[in-house]
Amino acid sequence: MNKNSWILYIGILVFGLVAPFIFPAFKVQLSILCVLIVLATTWNIQGGEMGYNTFGNILFYGLGMYLCASVQVGMFFPLAEWTESGGEKTFVHTPSQFFQGMAAGLVVAAVVPTIVAGLIGYAILGLRGHYFAICTLGLGVAAGEISGGIEIIGAGQGFTTPPFPNIGGLEARGEFFYFLSFGALVLTFIAVRAIYTTRFRLILNAIRDNEDKAEAMGIETMKYKITGWMISAFFCGLAGGIMGGLVGYIDSTDVAFDGREMGVFMVLMAILGGKGTLWGPIIGATLFHFFKEGFWTFFLGWQYVALGVLIVVIVIYFPEGLMGWLREKYPERFGEVVDEADRKAQVELK
Amino acid sequence: MITIQACLDGLLLGILFALIAYGMALQWGVMNIINIAQGDLVILGGYIAYFMYLYGIHPAWGVIVSPIIMYFVGIAIYKLVINKVVDRDLFISILATFGISILFMQLMNFAFGADVVLANSGYGTTMLFDNNVVLPNSKIFSAFISIVFAICLVVYMKRSKLGRAIRATAQNARAAKILGVDTEKVYAATFGINAALCGVAGALISITFTIHPYMGLPYTIRSFMIVIVAGLGNLPGVAMSGMGLGIFEEFADYILGTEFRIGSVFLLLVLILVYRRFKLSRKREYLK
Repeated sequence: MNKNSWILYIGILVFGLVAPFIFPAFKVQLSILCVLIVLATTWNIQGGEMGYNTFGNILFYGLGMYLCASVQVGMFFPLAEWTESGGEKTFVHTPSQFFQGMAAGLVVAAVVPTIVAGLIGYAILGLRGHYFAICTLGLGVAAGEISGGIEIIGAGQGFTTPPFPNIGGLEARGEFFYFLSFGALVLTFIAVRAIYTTRFRLILNAIRDNEDKAEAMGIETMKYKITGWMISAFFCGLAGGIMGGLVGYIDSTDVAFDGREMGVFMVLMAILGGKGTLWGPIIGATLFHFFKEGFWTFFLGWQYVALGVLIVVIVIYFPEGLMGWLREKYPERFGEVVDEADRKAQVELK
Repeated sequence: MITIQACLDGLLLGILFALIAYGMALQWGVMNIINIAQGDLVILGGYIAYFMYLYGIHPAWGVIVSPIIMYFVGIAIYKLVINKVVDRDLFISILATFGISILFMQLMNFAFGADVVLANSGYGTTMLFDNNVVLPNSKIFSAFISIVFAICLVVYMKRSKLGRAIRATAQNARAAKILGVDTEKVYAATFGINAALCGVAGALISITFTIHPYMGLPYTIRSFMIVIVAGLGNLPGVAMSGMGLGIFEEFADYILGTEFRIGSVFLLLVLILVYRRFKLSRKREYLK
């Protein structure tokens, strides 16, 4: 790590810490951006580094969301009565109860999806390529449909998460959730960056490039694939728990297991920025969030049409993403040694 | 009695699924793409029949009109999007068609509204076994039409020049190109035929069941499931597994309740894939 990147990191950290005070009107948007970056970065561990394109990380996101809210309510009040009363609150969390519940909820929301990822990972990570993609897509939708039929977490009518206690009003709520999601983002970034400097990343890349050969070289690929998925699940669950509190309302198919929206968004963000890079998903998520908010504001009603077109255009014309494009253009900046003669020969071949 | 009812319902439903799955197998085999928008094409076909019904034409004519319109819709989609993803990674085609699926869903939502609709064919019902088993005639009609279309398509594939070109391209696109087959045209025709099949199935679904702009994805998943159980290019297998899926669904509906019906379909997909993975991994192979 050289001096320049330290300055960059500290600059981003300082910006992140003061951002809610500079742009007080955008606190919620910034929190959502942090969550999106976490999701894109963790998707990249599968899709980018390991070559396992998953639509199923939404499963851990939704699971984390439901678990965090359930623990937060269930620690102090009967869960069934809470969901039954719906919008009309019969129970009120005191501030200390709220924060204790949130802390415990986030721990559960991160740990349980990790365990789930380990269990189902053994079963489905043996699938490859598009079978894996469709299987995880099915898993995400199935989770949404099934959780929509379970009474104790609100079934079809949804689950209202505990409202923020009445201290400091809307400002305090925004700041609390912003710093929570920013904390999750920093944690994710540090963890992912640390992982990417180890042998683990090389093994994941080997699996992506040729799994059979990696296996022949004596790598227990299944072990590493499951570990990779568990890391993703941990941060996805955490992000889901935070997002549940932020949105304040959990619906099985529209908020939690939203395979049509969030499940595709995380893939798209990583692809837009460039898969298989550290910064790609972060840049991609930021760009995507701007795009999306623009769509939602200017094409109100037509946003999904615009989104569908955007998906098709990105996938067809920018499959390598922004970082891939930059890498092709300025390979020297990415530490690649370019053989001029070889390059010229390739240009002539084209 | 409820068992017989569910079995018969499932059989008739399954024949319809098999028709959609046949289109899926066709394009998968020939062009090596997986079309997530398959279900949305089905729903669009259904809306064509529904509109004929609204304008006073009997919706059964939709079985003729809908595939003709859908054929051109399919060609248009091919020219705009699919021809750019044909020889790329399968995941690219999955994502691109996912985009088309979202687009179609929303456009249909604007054009036709978010209500659950059905085209009433007025065919009445048939009672069997001392009036204990009730079968709507429209279901029998739809199963019959599906079989007719499937047989026509099989004969067309075997006999016609285009059918031979399609089969040649499926076997080896490069060799077919060398021997003078215009593969680009073959791909376009394949996608068009697939869309037309979806149109037929959609028209039948709008008569027998209900259609709704957002109901596409389950049909895609069902046809994918049928294809992976049966294998590409195995038509009797497609028919059998389609019927099996139909019966499974009716029983899931009856035993678990309607709210878990779609969920159980998706879960079955996961279970089938996991089962096949463990079976193959004993021989140190994997699903290709």
